[in-house]
Amino acid sequence: MAYSADVVGAKSNKRSLLISRTWCYIVLTLFAVLALIPFFFLVINMTRSHSEITKGFSVIPSDYFKTNFNNVMKHAEWKMLNSLKNSLIVSGCTAFISTYFSSLTAYAIHAYNFKLKKAAFSFILMIMMIPGQVSALGFVKLVGNMELTNSFIPLIVPAIAAPSTFFFMKQYMDSALPLDIIEAARIDGSGEFRTFNKLVLPIMKPAIAVQAIFTFVGSWNNYFIPALIIDDPTKRTLPIVIALIRSTDYARFDMGAIYMAIGISILPVALVYLILSKFIIRGIALGAVKG
Amino acid sequence: MATQKVKRKSVSYAKWGYIFILPFFITFAVFTCVPLFSTIYNAFFENYLIQGWMQVGPNYVGIENFEKLFSVDVNLGKYFYNTFVMWIMGFIPQIVFSLLFAAWFTDLRLKLKTGGYKIIFYLPNVIMAAAMGMLFSVIFAPGGPVNDVYKAITGSTESIMFFENEWPLRGVVALINFLMWFGNTTIMLMAAINGIDPSLYESAQIDGANPRQTFFKITLPLIRPILLYVLITSLIGGLQMFDVPKLLTGNGMAADRSAMTIVMLLDNHLYSKNYGMAGAISVILFVVAAVLSLLVFAMVKEREPKKKKAKAQAEKGGTK
Repeated sequence: MAYSADVVGAKSNKRSLLISRTWCYIVLTLFAVLALIPFFFLVINMTRSHSEITKGFSVIPSDYFKTNFNNVMKHAEWKMLNSLKNSLIVSGCTAFISTYFSSLTAYAIHAYNFKLKKAAFSFILMIMMIPGQVSALGFVKLVGNMELTNSFIPLIVPAIAAPSTFFFMKQYMDSALPLDIIEAARIDGSGEFRTFNKLVLPIMKPAIAVQAIFTFVGSWNNYFIPALIIDDPTKRTLPIVIALIRSTDYARFDMGAIYMAIGISILPVALVYLILSKFIIRGIALGAVKG
Repeated sequence: MATQKVKRKSVSYAKWGYIFILPFFITFAVFTCVPLFSTIYNAFFENYLIQGWMQVGPNYVGIENFEKLFSVDVNLGKYFYNTFVMWIMGFIPQIVFSLLFAAWFTDLRLKLKTGGYKIIFYLPNVIMAAAMGMLFSVIFAPGGPVNDVYKAITGSTESIMFFENEWPLRGVVALINFLMWFGNTTIMLMAAINGIDPSLYESAQIDGANPRQTFFKITLPLIRPILLYVLITSLIGGLQMFDVPKLLTGNGMAADRSAMTIVMLLDNHLYSKNYGMAGAISVILFVVAAVLSLLVFAMVKEREPKKKKAKAQAEKGGTK
């Protein structure tokens, strides 16, 4: 679109450059608005009462934020605070063990020579894209047999085997972890496991941070598996609560409270994202090189 | 003697390689392999509840479950079609705009300030898909903001019933998918374009190529592998589409099941404990995903040795 304004020889023409630049900014801003508008609706309606919301949309915030917040927090069936806590525990633990064990696995492939190394690496690459849903049936049965229904363990422990996190760590090690350092640590008498914990992990910090965020967000937003494992109301994670709200006849519900509940489950992650966005976007770009 | 010592040493280190990959493979075996085999096994048994309490089976029935899936009653093809249609409706604008934005963001002549846009474009991706579905279900509801705006502009008193008609419903699902993924794709493509040797652009410019020509003749051919990667990974992601249509439609029954995806159907069978049918759907899903995964695998694998070679060459050059 913008290119059509530029022809050969016009590159020094400041005016045409200005026009194309303005064009770009207009289109980009339009899409930025499109990406933000749902959140704008959300935040405005979080501050309005049910009757105000049903009357029609307004761009001016009202003053029901606190009322809505209190209504959501003390709603007996949603147990928002409890679910928030559950989600934090599950996502936090998942992010921790997933990044730790993925680094460990990547380190094994990166730093050691063993017979099955190539096979193991190829195998992990091969399973990287297989969706978890295909084994969901067996998973639910297994969890039932292990009597781990309504436990967080089946939501957390499987994250030890996270092929894409592993792959990211491996890529990062290729560029940032020279084998000489490990050799030097060995000469200094450091044990292999100690070397990994005390030397390798600190070097991996940037990659771990990026993947921890991604894993946390992924787990925080995960709905399919938790919904099949959890049915105890005190063990629900946030997406289950959101689905619960959806499945009730919400047209008769307090819409202010519904918007507030969505906001509570979205905004913490959105905020953390905005604070760490530079970091995260660099991480995606880093991951992109793998393709 | 010395060589023997070195040999022994390397063997003892190899042991650590196995120890360190052990947690991954044990976890994978327990939580993925065993469930996968049990899923496949279940696909060949009839095993369900009548009216939620009377257990039928498990009895071995051969491929009867698969036959049932493709029969007119169930018509699995319809759910594959729904999934595919909603994916492609989101993917086409996604790839077109991502390419355009990636080209703009990396254009050295335009020198756009991109930081803020990148952050905003990626934002919807970190949002809980279930909450996105829920949010859009209230925004597009008959009394929601979209209909308010529509009524204010057209003066109409009738709301558009987005969730009761096939194409508007699919359109909303596709819109959410688009919003959630176009930022991610833009950043991926930007990284790919930034990886192109700048001297190619310089020489093209000297040869008098205009920006349109450089885009179509240099950028596009050189990022083709990444484009293909984006396409296939997106297709695999699309195959798993679940949270958004599920939360948007409540139970998937809306508009004659026209937004019900393959995983939603699987979820329904898991929920009602019809394990035979759930198993059969899983097997089909697995086969499709496995074929697509092999393509991705081949692509990633193909780039590995190339990169290593390039690295080795660079190192060689460095020591000279």
